[in-house]
Amino acid sequence: MENQLRQKAKELLEKGDVKVVIGYGWNKRKTHTTPVFITKPEDVDKLVFNPLCVNNLSLYLTRKFADIKALGKPAIVAKGCDIKTIAVLISESQLKREDVVILGMSCNGVVYRQELWKSGTDFKSVPADIMPTKCHNCDVRNPHIADIIIGEEVNFTPPDTPAGMVFDKIRDLDKKSGEERWGFWIEHFNRCIKCYACRQICPLCYCERCIAEKNMPQWIETSAHPRGNLAWNLKRAMDLAGRCTFCGECERACPVNIPLNLVNQKLALVVKDAFGHRAGYDEKVHPPMIIFNMEDTEDFIK
Amino acid sequence: MSSHTQHEQTGGFEPKIVAFVCNWCTYAGADLAGTSRMEYKPNVRIIKLPCTGRIDPLFIIKAFEKGADGVLVSGCHPGDCHYTTGNYHARRRWIAFKNLMDFVGIDSQRLHFSWVSASEAIKWVDLVNNITDEVKKLGPFVEYKSLGDRQ
Ligand code: SF4
Ligand code: SF4
Ligand code: FES
Repeated sequence: MENQLRQKAKELLEKGDVKVVIGYGWNKRKTHTTPVFITKPEDVDKLVFNPLCVNNLSLYLTRKFADIKALGKPAIVAKGCDIKTIAVLISESQLKREDVVILGMSCNGVVYRQELWKSGTDFKSVPADIMPTKCHNCDVRNPHIADIIIGEEVNFTPPDTPAGMVFDKIRDLDKKSGEERWGFWIEHFNRCIKCYACRQICPLCYCERCIAEKNMPQWIETSAHPRGNLAWNLKRAMDLAGRCTFCGECERACPVNIPLNLVNQKLALVVKDAFGHRAGYDEKVHPPMIIFNMEDTEDFIK
Repeated sequence: MSSHTQHEQTGGFEPKIVAFVCNWCTYAGADLAGTSRMEYKPNVRIIKLPCTGRIDPLFIIKAFEKGADGVLVSGCHPGDCHYTTGNYHARRRWIAFKNLMDFVGIDSQRLHFSWVSASEAIKWVDLVNNITDEVKKLGPFVEYKSLGDRQ
């Protein structure tokens, strides 16, 4: 699979079809992977693909990375779940489909805790219990949008009802009283240190100036005070409603382990129920929060 | 931070209700209630926006931060928006936001949504009276107000 990837990357660079290949490479000690930006055909051997390739590289297609944009047309190594984010970016006019070459990777799931996956282990046999929730429910292990598919076809059928830790916890919270839910979230949000790592890593948080930075008037308190922490976390979740593709990067980046996937996926379920929309499957449809339907429910409006 | 209004005479709790309303329907409806000299609970503080489409969820959050015990958001009925579709967009946002507020454990009795037209002064009066009673029963929103206080 890696050979195939390197071969394709080399061809693309040699022919001048793309100026840079955004992919994964090993870190120095080969304990985890790190983003690499390959501009010369002779460097393609740096590219790797394995279950430690967790980053959602589509972040580098956004305007947050003007220096990468300046390199010229990119090709990107993307798992199905990463492609979902690219689809949302296209649907929001952040990018044109023809402006990127998608190297869609057949995928068998990733592993966040590298110590649990011994390199050399067959890529096809990542044990389910060390995969994140998104992989348990993944219906894009064979990339749904791509210019070139790398790897063999994967046979996997996701469960009908979303399974895994994130969804179990959502169901668990739904059953609790409002008071208990409040207690749960306040305890988590209180730990927020306002580092905005969740925002920085999210490919869909691409505003040039974030509301969190505006101070005339100041909508979100800047200090890491529980009041502003709550406001920030509600606003972040709200602005990703109908857009978040559950790449899980925000929660992975959070230094104080706030379970952001819970709140993101809760809203994803709400949006799916209310508007029949799942983010990231079709780059040609509008994101649900910028459109409306005359028949949208209003049973809660007096 | 700001504390809730205490009525000295009765010693009872008087909730603060913040109402975000659109200029063309609900504000006009509330205005009609006033010019018709209808009486209703004085707990509501009206904030007028051009349209419900202009109401960002952060407004609601800010209201709670500043000590509101309840929030009401109201505008033109579907089909009647002065800007044609502002309230349809708002409705979508409310669906998501209301569910988000529920999920973090904010009592849905503290956050209300309604359509009140320019002629529905009576509806406005009833709405404000009912919400005030409801929130009064819940008591001050201490959970929100005490965020950051040391236990
Ligand atoms: S969600 Fe799917 S494509 Fe993404 S890492 Fe997991 S199995 Fe692979
Ligand atoms: S909110 Fe988190 S999970 Fe959703 S797209 Fe952004 S980084 Fe990924
Ligand atoms: S003007 Fe009243 S809702 Fe748009």
